[in-house]
Order: sequence, then structure tokens, then C-alpha cells
Amino acid sequence: MRLTKEQIAQRIAQEVVEGMYINLGIGIPTLVANYIPDGKHVVLQSENGLLGMGSFPTEDQVDADYINAGKQTITLVPGASLFSSAESFAMIRGRHVDLTILGAMEVSQNGDIANWKIPDKKVKGMGGAMDLVASSREIIVAMQHVNRAGESKLLEACSLPLTGIRCVKKVVTDIAVLEVDQQEEAFILLEKAPGISVEEIAGATEGKLILKGDVPDMVFDE
Amino acid sequence: MGEEKKFTGKVFRDAEGAIFDIVSGQTLHLGGFGLCGIPENCISALLKKGVNNLTCVSNNAGVDDFGIGLLLAKRQVKKMIASYVGENAEFERQMISGELEVDLVPQGTLAERIRAAGAGIPAFYTKTGVGTELAKSKPTARFEGEEYLLERALPADFSLVKAWKGDALGNLIYRGTARNFNPVMATAAKITIAEVEILVPVGDLDPEHVHTPGIYVQRIFEGKNYEKRIEQRTLSSESDKK
Repeated sequence: MRLTKEQIAQRIAQEVVEGMYINLGIGIPTLVANYIPDGKHVVLQSENGLLGMGSFPTEDQVDADYINAGKQTITLVPGASLFSSAESFAMIRGRHVDLTILGAMEVSQNGDIANWKIPDKKVKGMGGAMDLVASSREIIVAMQHVNRAGESKLLEACSLPLTGIRCVKKVVTDIAVLEVDQQEEAFILLEKAPGISVEEIAGATEGKLILKGDVPDMVFDE
Repeated sequence: MGEEKKFTGKVFRDAEGAIFDIVSGQTLHLGGFGLCGIPENCISALLKKGVNNLTCVSNNAGVDDFGIGLLLAKRQVKKMIASYVGENAEFERQMISGELEVDLVPQGTLAERIRAAGAGIPAFYTKTGVGTELAKSKPTARFEGEEYLLERALPADFSLVKAWKGDALGNLIYRGTARNFNPVMATAAKITIAEVEILVPVGDLDPEHVHTPGIYVQRIFEGKNYEKRIEQRTLSSESDKK
């Protein structure tokens, strides 16, 4: 069965390690916060100038001066800190953020990522994505395995304008968990969604796919 | 020039007074992230003044009926330098038709180019954008085996910033994530105009808590009628159920 967006987020939450500073992109990555167990202490960075992002506010907590990078109203957790955009990207560029989770249109087998621009379509801009992918220590991409036309998004080489090069380490899709081996220039299939066959994944992966022994199913708590 | 000042020193009565010498064709920094922490009063005064051919540097371009979107609607902007411009239909129309020049800059590079301008650094190297189409026109260099792009400082004629509190010396304190680009922009223009929600007497701000020291701020006024519009009003699930 193909994973829902929530299940992709749930699987990515398993990659989170106690004590990490994490930047979550817009879309599925934002949902990851919902699946980090209460006992695991992490700090969420929002690149508009905040460490320690909390949940969405209740009606009476809403405050226009407190938003996240997706422009959504948010709250702060105890121990949060606030700073300028320059400081925010200094900590990103300076590789102080442990993990970046973001969406993508395409990922290539050498870890290149394209997620900001489709030629001849409306261009909205890269926001902070280019800074994040250029400097994060660890990048996990959350995306569907194929696009709406049914074409693979895991490619030999990206066809869309790049956001960054040789940076993606892991990809979690609706059918598989894959590691990007930047040396080998290949996707290593680590796990598959329950009920999805290796053949299906291979068929949906245009880039080089490596299998190492039996590929286990993803395991979800509950 | 100074004869239009309504008060002595840095304090002005209102936005109209503070922006009196902004003219068409100048480059402006406008603080804010989305609609959070934008200089609402100065934008209104620019609309009223009708200056045009402006180059506006701001992380975003507002929405159709608020923020920089208002200046775009009145065709006052010649060029926009921003990192993300997704929320504005009129912006898109002008960009596609070629009426509006647009320079998209990665958010961190934008912040650092502005910081550099304020700190006397003409250019700097960054990894952001290496290997992308942004690298095409830029000099590169290798340090410790890694490739970097050279980025130039981005100064302005005027910086229009919004803070929460300020005093007559121009010391500023921001609130929440409304800080964003405001502190760096405050440092990077020939003239920085700060609008604040509350103008307090000198001595009332705790020096330990000042975010922007007054040396960077040439003009300050207490703004009024802040709308502080919210783009994405998201509530926790408990209050959804109500």
C-alpha cells in the first residue's frame, strides 16, 4: 500500500535523534513534528528567526508577531530563542543545524535536488531552500516516488533547475526508504512500504537502484 | 532638506514626514517576512507620495492588497529583489509581462548581502547556489577543496524597518518573529527610518535588551493603526474542534 503523507512523516520521524536541531520545510516535512515522540527532545528551527517552535496556537494565543517560515501562526516552546534572518542563516550556513527535512520535485542518484523552479511555469523563488541544502549536515527528502504524470522523481540526473548538488542523503517516499550513495551514484533501497514489491519500486525508480539482500518492510508504531 | 522635519533630532511626527526625501528611482530595503514585521506606515506614505521606479529589496513582495503588493498595484516598483514571491497575483502578472524586473536571491544570501553592506564588507563567499543556475554569472573560488560563490553586498538608499519599541535615539527592540530582516536592513542604508509601535522616553529601554543600537537609525516615529495582517491563521487541533 502506498503511504499517506502522514505515514511518510511518521516514518521520517523515526530518523530523528534526541537533542537534534531540525529545520522542517513546508508540506509533508511540517507534519513530521506531529510524530516525534514526547520523550524525544529536539529543537525545531524556523528560518525566519526562531529556535524552539511549538504547536499552532489556540484561538486566544494567536499573535501576528509569531509565525513560522510557512507564514503560519505558531507558539514558542519553553526555552525558545528569537533572532534575525542574518543570524538564522548564519547558523544554517555554519552547519549548526543537524537535520533538514524538505520536499522535492526531483532527486538524482548523486544527491542533487531540484525543488524550486519549473521552467515556463510560475516561479515563486527558492526562499531558504538553497541555503539549507548547501549547508545542512544531513538532508532527508520527503516526496512522492513518482510525479502526477506517473514519471519517476528519483532520477539518474535531475531535469529541472537544481536547488543544490550532492547533498541529499536519504529519501522517504510513499513506497520506499532509500539512501543516496553519492560515491556509488545510486539509490540504495533500505525499506519498502508494506505490500509494495521490490519490482514496483524498481519500476518507479529511473536512477540506479541497488538492493542489498532482503529489503524489509517499513515498521510503524501502534 | 531638514526644514520639513517636525521635531528636533531623529524623531518625526509620522511616516509622511519621515520619508519626505525619498524620490523616484531609489533603492529601498523593506523589513518583514511575509506580512510579519513590515513597515506598514511607511508603505502607506510611499503610496500617498506616489514615488515610482523604485527598487525594493524585501524577502517577499506582500500580497495583492497588503504590504509591498500595494506599491506593485500602483506600479511604483521597477525592480523587486526577494527570495520568495509566491503570494501575489499582480506581481506574477507584471513579472510575466516584463513590466517588473525580478531578482530572486536565496534567503540566507539575501540576508548576508544586506548584513555585509552594513558591516563594510563589499563581497563574501558562500556555498549557497553552487552548481545551480545562480552560479552562472558569479565568480567562484575554492577553499579547503570546496567550491564557493562570490556574492556582493546589497546596500540601499533608505531602509524602512519596523520595530516594537524604540526611543528618540533610535534604539530598537523587536518582538517575536517580526524581527526577521529588520535588524540587518537597519544597518545597510544611507538613511534608516524606523517605525515603532511604541516610542518610549530615552532611558526606558533596558540597554541589555536593545536589538538595534541607535547609531544605525537616522529617523524614528511612532506608527499608528497597525493592521498586522496574518497570512496563514493556523490553529491547534484542540481549538479546531470548538
